[in-house]
Amino acid sequence: MKVLVCVKQTFDTEAKIELKDGKISDAGINLIINPYDEVAVEGGIQLKEKGIAKEVVVVSAGSDKAMDAIRTALAMGADRGILVKQDTAADEYARACALAEVIKGESPDIVLAGHVAADDGSSQVPTRIAEILGFPHVNVITAVEIAGGKATCTSEADGGTQVTEVSLPAVISSQVSWNEPRYPSMKGIMAAKKKPVSTVDAAAVANKVAIVSVALPPSKQAGIKIEDEPAVVGAKLADWMLNTVKVEVK
Amino acid sequence: MDFRLTEEQEMMKRMAHDFSANEIAPFASEWDHNHIYPQDCLDKMQELGFMAIGVPAEYGGPGLDHVTQNIVAEEICWGDAGVGTIMVASSLLATDPIHVAANEEQKKEWFGRIVDGELGAFCLTEPGAGSDAAGISTRCTKVGDEYILNGSKQFISNGGTAGMYTVLATLDKKMGTKGMCCFMVDRNTPGITVGKVEDKLGIRTSNTTEVIFEDVKVPAKNLIGKEGQGFYIIMKTLDISRASIAAMATGVAQRCLDESLAYSKLRTQFGKPISSFQAIQFKLADMAMRVQASRLLYYEASSLQDMDVPRFSKAASLAKAFAGDAAMLNAIEAVQVFGGYGYTREYPVEKLMRDAKIFQIYEGTGEVQRLVIAGDLLRG
Repeated sequence: MKVLVCVKQTFDTEAKIELKDGKISDAGINLIINPYDEVAVEGGIQLKEKGIAKEVVVVSAGSDKAMDAIRTALAMGADRGILVKQDTAADEYARACALAEVIKGESPDIVLAGHVAADDGSSQVPTRIAEILGFPHVNVITAVEIAGGKATCTSEADGGTQVTEVSLPAVISSQVSWNEPRYPSMKGIMAAKKKPVSTVDAAAVANKVAIVSVALPPSKQAGIKIEDEPAVVGAKLADWMLNTVKVEVK
Repeated sequence: MDFRLTEEQEMMKRMAHDFSANEIAPFASEWDHNHIYPQDCLDKMQELGFMAIGVPAEYGGPGLDHVTQNIVAEEICWGDAGVGTIMVASSLLATDPIHVAANEEQKKEWFGRIVDGELGAFCLTEPGAGSDAAGISTRCTKVGDEYILNGSKQFISNGGTAGMYTVLATLDKKMGTKGMCCFMVDRNTPGITVGKVEDKLGIRTSNTTEVIFEDVKVPAKNLIGKEGQGFYIIMKTLDISRASIAAMATGVAQRCLDESLAYSKLRTQFGKPISSFQAIQFKLADMAMRVQASRLLYYEASSLQDMDVPRFSKAASLAKAFAGDAAMLNAIEAVQVFGGYGYTREYPVEKLMRDAKIFQIYEGTGEVQRLVIAGDLLRG
């Protein structure tokens, strides 16, 4: 069984976002493997360790910088990597088309990915890949059992959990609570360099979304401080909410 | 000249830093204050390869060059200098004599034991022989195909936790440096006792003890190199490990800067963060200079070792003396930046100040390093 994991190189979650010339600037930003995808990589490696998967292939679309994310996954224990070279301005549609093209050629049994990326948070690419390939898709999974050509996935649902059974091949995207990603071992890091990584150019697909402008959220305004007896504070706060903030009461 | 790290060095640094920041730093205060030996943390480090950083790939280790080994040492000490001491004392200091002079069979056995998770301890210092390494009195006497060891060793890192000791002894004190021999000794050999456990100012997570040898029979095959080569082996080992100690000190110096920088942005006085005052800014800038200079000095010394340049002693001493002082100065300044809070145990910098002091003392004091440097200068 072959497992393919999609990974994205994203900004460090602690990075300070700044705009330059109307675009998000990556100057001086530390790039990391998307933490949600890291969980998917760990999930794939665990399937291999359990003897379910024979090979774990990691795929990333983006600039040469995405190679770091691939190397990290290889150091954790993935077997080989594919870098799909694509303009970083590609939208979710173009990104999914490029990845789907490569996935079709690899014909994996399971496609894993994080359910969302820590940078743009669009949460679209795995679903789009499944749609393009005609694979079933299970989202935000926290556990998976593979047996008899089927995947039984536990995922989060409103107020509880949902168990979904799908036939393979399928796209399965992970919630962070699925597992605790391992640190790459020292031997893993030394071995990563020797593992094969191929580079392909992304299929030429035009974006469907045109970005008109990018803006940072307005900076937080100073709050108000009400100091008085508790009962008076309550009344003043209610007055402020009704008349200054103008909260609608239904 | 290219100051960039290789891809593996970058990855190793990142991984070691992540580990240190998540698995060591958040717990180090508790371990330090309550004198807890961090066994669980060491088990995780063993699994990831940290505890065998000095072992070449052909003997089952990760096979790192000296630069990378020391980058890892820096990052672990950023989290806790005591944990770093446990790791370096075992996988570098006690292991280096095996690199320097062991035969194939010895390499297989002793590197193998380190890889399997045993700790090593380097037994050189004695109650009467610290800076004067040639003044040791622990005797070794050959009887048949064994050597009998008698004597006691002082301030031994991992003394009570090691499974194997690298021991320096003399055939006859009158022979001076020519009588010295280096042995690998199994902890379970009859006649070995672990003495007093030191109650230290800093690096309190590490175990430092006296180790006493009374008629300890060591198989002759455990002699590293030849009889009389002990002094050469030890000097060479100390030359190699000096850069590692410099790296460890750099980790502490960096931590002092990181803590001070973060705190100075949060702490407000006179209505402004204290980082807006030049008095604080100059301290931060001085700390950053010392960190960077320490790091470049140890990178250079380690890189000379990797290039197999025969004389790297001076570079290693420059690095060790400078970085040891840098860690201490940065720690003092960090406490100053934190003010009254820095003087309490609630904040991390008082521990850094206690930990930093060791780097001016162990593995050749700052004064001994200066003698090495001056000696080299005067030889011309």
